[in-house]
Amino acid sequence: MPKKKIRSYLINIAAALLVFSVVYLALQLGWINSYYRSILILICINSIMTISLNLATGLLGELCLGHAGFMAVGAYTAALISLNSGLSPYLSLTLGILTGAVTAGITAFIVGIPALRLRGDYLAIITLAFGQIITILIRSLGFTGGALGLNGIPLLTDFPLTFWMLIVTMYIVYALIRSRQGRAILAIREDDIAAEASGINVTHYKMLAFVISAMLAGVAGALYAHYQGVLTPEKFDYNYSIDFMVMVVFGGMGSITGSILAAVVLTILPQLLYGFSDYRMLLYSILLIALMIFKPSGLLGQKELSQRVFQRLGRQLWGKKAQTVPAETDIPTTVVDEDTYLTEQGSGDSGVGGSSTRGQENLPVSGTPIAEAEGKHQERLGLDTQGDEPLARKQKGRR
Amino acid sequence: MHLLEVNEMSIQFGGLKAVDDITFSVDKGEILGLIGPNGAGKTTIFNLLTSVYTPTSGDILLNGKSIVGNTTWQTVDSGMARTFQNIRLFKNLSALDNVRIGFHGLEHYSLAATLLRLPSYWRDEKALTQKALAILDIFGLKDIAGVQAQNLPYGQQRKLEICRALASNPQLLLLDEPAAGMNPTETQELMSMIRFVKEHFDLAIILIEHDMSLVMNICERLIVLDYGRIIARGLPEEIKQNQAVITAYLGNPLEEEA
Ligand SMILES: Nc1ncnc2c1ncn2[C@@H]1O[C@H](COP(=O)(O)OP(=O)(O)OP(=O)(O)O)[C@@H](O)[C@H]1O
Ligand SMILES: [Mg+2]
Repeated sequence: MPKKKIRSYLINIAAALLVFSVVYLALQLGWINSYYRSILILICINSIMTISLNLATGLLGELCLGHAGFMAVGAYTAALISLNSGLSPYLSLTLGILTGAVTAGITAFIVGIPALRLRGDYLAIITLAFGQIITILIRSLGFTGGALGLNGIPLLTDFPLTFWMLIVTMYIVYALIRSRQGRAILAIREDDIAAEASGINVTHYKMLAFVISAMLAGVAGALYAHYQGVLTPEKFDYNYSIDFMVMVVFGGMGSITGSILAAVVLTILPQLLYGFSDYRMLLYSILLIALMIFKPSGLLGQKELSQRVFQRLGRQLWGKKAQTVPAETDIPTTVVDEDTYLTEQGSGDSGVGGSSTRGQENLPVSGTPIAEAEGKHQERLGLDTQGDEPLARKQKGRR
Repeated sequence: MHLLEVNEMSIQFGGLKAVDDITFSVDKGEILGLIGPNGAGKTTIFNLLTSVYTPTSGDILLNGKSIVGNTTWQTVDSGMARTFQNIRLFKNLSALDNVRIGFHGLEHYSLAATLLRLPSYWRDEKALTQKALAILDIFGLKDIAGVQAQNLPYGQQRKLEICRALASNPQLLLLDEPAAGMNPTETQELMSMIRFVKEHFDLAIILIEHDMSLVMNICERLIVLDYGRIIARGLPEEIKQNQAVITAYLGNPLEEEA
């Protein structure tokens, strides 16, 4: 693993630990009461759901209108295991989360077989139907408790568990996206005909993304079951699926951090608006419409809140005055790819890893114009990868 | 054995025979020009070769093996890559990522390697990025590797599409009007690049192009299509003189007078 990567991974882990310890401490010291604690847990569960739906919708580009259905599959699976297995609570919870993910994944596979082989919006229609069918199925089956639902599920979901499951979810989706599999998924979103003409087995990767997405929803469902203690089929209806779709759009299609941001805002907001009783849904809707008018791509668009953003913020705060951005601010830049490319730049002379001899005469050397040009692009977006180097170079060049 | 052999290939769309009983072959290291008036069936031939469409009759052999009935990605795996007449880039992705996606079939690290960030992931990703940059460099696009494809000027988008096609390491490259929309200087430049690419990557190329100077200059052999049929084939000089071709392109002067 390249050194720069290790550093960036460590920073991310440290950031997660920091957030966790602060919140955890506050919970332990009783600064956060049990009402807010349950909202915190709900935020984490909703974040997992939103990220997972974002994988299917924002990253793969398939509209999924029955995501709560996969959540239901995970929730009921985990609840039934907890209620019937007779294992120790935490063992059955672990088992429940894993089996919940698997059953949701299998369900998605079955739902995906007819839909994902075709072009167009078949998946939207099929998942819409699936969402309806699953609630009806749960209501009419005996072992799911029918319309009465399941009661007495042990309340095992606490803040640490949901928080770290959210971190794991984020990691999985990030790790997936920055890989050959992830690029295949993005390519399909961009243009499936060109993707297939680039040697990508489109059906295979659609299925991969869709199944992983459903598995994560299954995890969220398992957590939800042990958070709520009660499950009824109505909970997982069409409206619930749409709630998550709204969060995805609100945060920005394809932005993981945007999904979390949206889950935070849209979980808290209805609670805050509680006092307005009758006008609550109206205000909520007006807010959504306003966002779509003023920022149609969602809070973060396709961008991410990453270390670079904070680095840049820090640099500005410390007065080191990031240079004034030239007028052409809309100079394009890569969003998905800021890492591999730049870190590999400097090591251009170290050979090409046994590859063929395709035109490698001019491999990049660090400090070549490209590094500089890229530095500029990155800088304009506040996505600086190479610490201060490009900036320093650029400023020198300007004098 | 020819690299590509097309035998009596036809395709019918409803009542229209868009490609009608076409036979030709391409050898290693050759540049074959495919020309003809609008709607002659040139792009349809590319779609047939890359298994986007299945021929109603006839056969297509690549390295002696029939590829009819394959899926498009399998055809790419077996050594054919193409560009599109109306550019189809991954618009929101960087130029570099566009090319890296082209490498898809040549990289094999597993999903487990991806999720656990195993050494094979880092090794392959690094090698791949170097190779992608090297290809971009040939087309003078290394400097814009980080730029979103949709923000590139038109000429560079066309070149980037060729880069992406080259990344899959094809034996046969299909270029659908690569010079469309380029100015004469860019066209000149593109021409020498295509020549260079052919030598350097040791491929055969089929080139669809309306720019006659480009075609006559660069192609060793030409096939002329009209209404889905081959109306002439031969060396560029022969084609220039061919009466059927002149008629197809300019219309029959006698008919028009009448
Ligand atoms: N999928 C399809 N369904 C029906 N007709 C089609 C289809 N694809 C192509 N055609 C028809 O086949 C004929 C040949 O089209 P094609 O695109 O191959 O022409 P072309 O030689 O590439 O022309 P141009 O120079 O304008 O690109 C046209 O009449 C077109 O309308
Ligand atoms: Mg055409």
